[in-house]
Amino acid sequence: MGFMTDRKRASGLGSAKTGTTHHWHMTISSVALVGLVPLFVFTVGPMLGASHAEVVAYYSRPFPAVVAALTFVVGFMHFKNGAQVMIEDYAQGFARKALIVGVTCLSWTAAAVGLFALVRLAL
Amino acid sequence: MVQLTLPKNSRMRTGKTWPKPEGATNLRTFNIYRWTPDDGENPRIDTYFVDMDTCGPMVLDALIKIKNEIDPTLTFRRSCREGICGSCAMNIGGINTLACIYGMDEVKGDVKIYPLPHMPVIRDLIPDLTHFYAQHESVMPWLETTTPRPAKEWKQSIEDRKKLDGLYECVMCACCSTACPSYWWNGDRYLGPAALLHAYRWIIDSRDEATGERLDDLEDPFKLYRCHTIMNCAKTCPKGLNPAKAIGEIKSLMVERQV
Repeated sequence: MGFMTDRKRASGLGSAKTGTTHHWHMTISSVALVGLVPLFVFTVGPMLGASHAEVVAYYSRPFPAVVAALTFVVGFMHFKNGAQVMIEDYAQGFARKALIVGVTCLSWTAAAVGLFALVRLAL
Repeated sequence: MVQLTLPKNSRMRTGKTWPKPEGATNLRTFNIYRWTPDDGENPRIDTYFVDMDTCGPMVLDALIKIKNEIDPTLTFRRSCREGICGSCAMNIGGINTLACIYGMDEVKGDVKIYPLPHMPVIRDLIPDLTHFYAQHESVMPWLETTTPRPAKEWKQSIEDRKKLDGLYECVMCACCSTACPSYWWNGDRYLGPAALLHAYRWIIDSRDEATGERLDDLEDPFKLYRCHTIMNCAKTCPKGLNPAKAIGEIKSLMVERQV
């Protein structure tokens, strides 16, 4: 514990002067996903069970391709921000930092793989 | 840090069952958390039987009766006995509340009484609120001004005064903060619902001139943004206040000055 005053312990390292941007980005991506997720479901749905040629032709059209691309990017960035909050809640010290780095890399990779697959289909 | 089980030295065991009062027909059973730092033992749950025919209606009445007539070593804080001082905050039947304004008729079956959750215990039902009070102090719960003090008083319109309703009534009992999972896991850095409600009380005060500095101090992923709107604070507040709403208002102001 050390000889630290109660006030010093409560103040800690002071304010990080950040957090609102993260909160605002979560709000924006939440609102975006309210529209994107139903659109994604309704655009992917008709292609279930379709042949490869039909899927390629379908995703060559701009609307389903753009909806899918936005869903990948916004969805995985929302996941990244949400998972970071969860990690900050439940992990501490080095584990906290390592997990945040891990989940950030995972999210960007997943979004990139999704976009690559989409580009392969669309072009 | 998250702890899903109690540390070994905090695990409770069955304690003493005190004798029933003679001749009493209307008995109520109380299971009460007991721990003293003096004997090095683990906490225990003692069982008491209280004659309800000679006891007041509130849980605090029963605790005082137990202390006076059965076990004088039972230790708890109490003062005003009418929900103003916030001293007798404890966990009764799974709910953080004030023993003095919580009726025994609100509890089904045996009355189980524990100290406020997830706080260091000083003895029996007395939690150590040192850090909680220091966090409250850190939000500067007083009027900050740079304008020279007026000859009479700082004026405030009726409308601006109304904004403080639902905020100024907080008695700092700590029921809300100790009911908040975010405060359990990150209470060292997260200010908790009570301190943030008080912070908002001064942020929204029309007479205060340190609004920007107050918001600056709160802009932190841990001090403020650990609140995930779980709402335990509003559910448990014995004064019927809504700290989660106050925290939401602070977040809105944070966004307001950026976007």
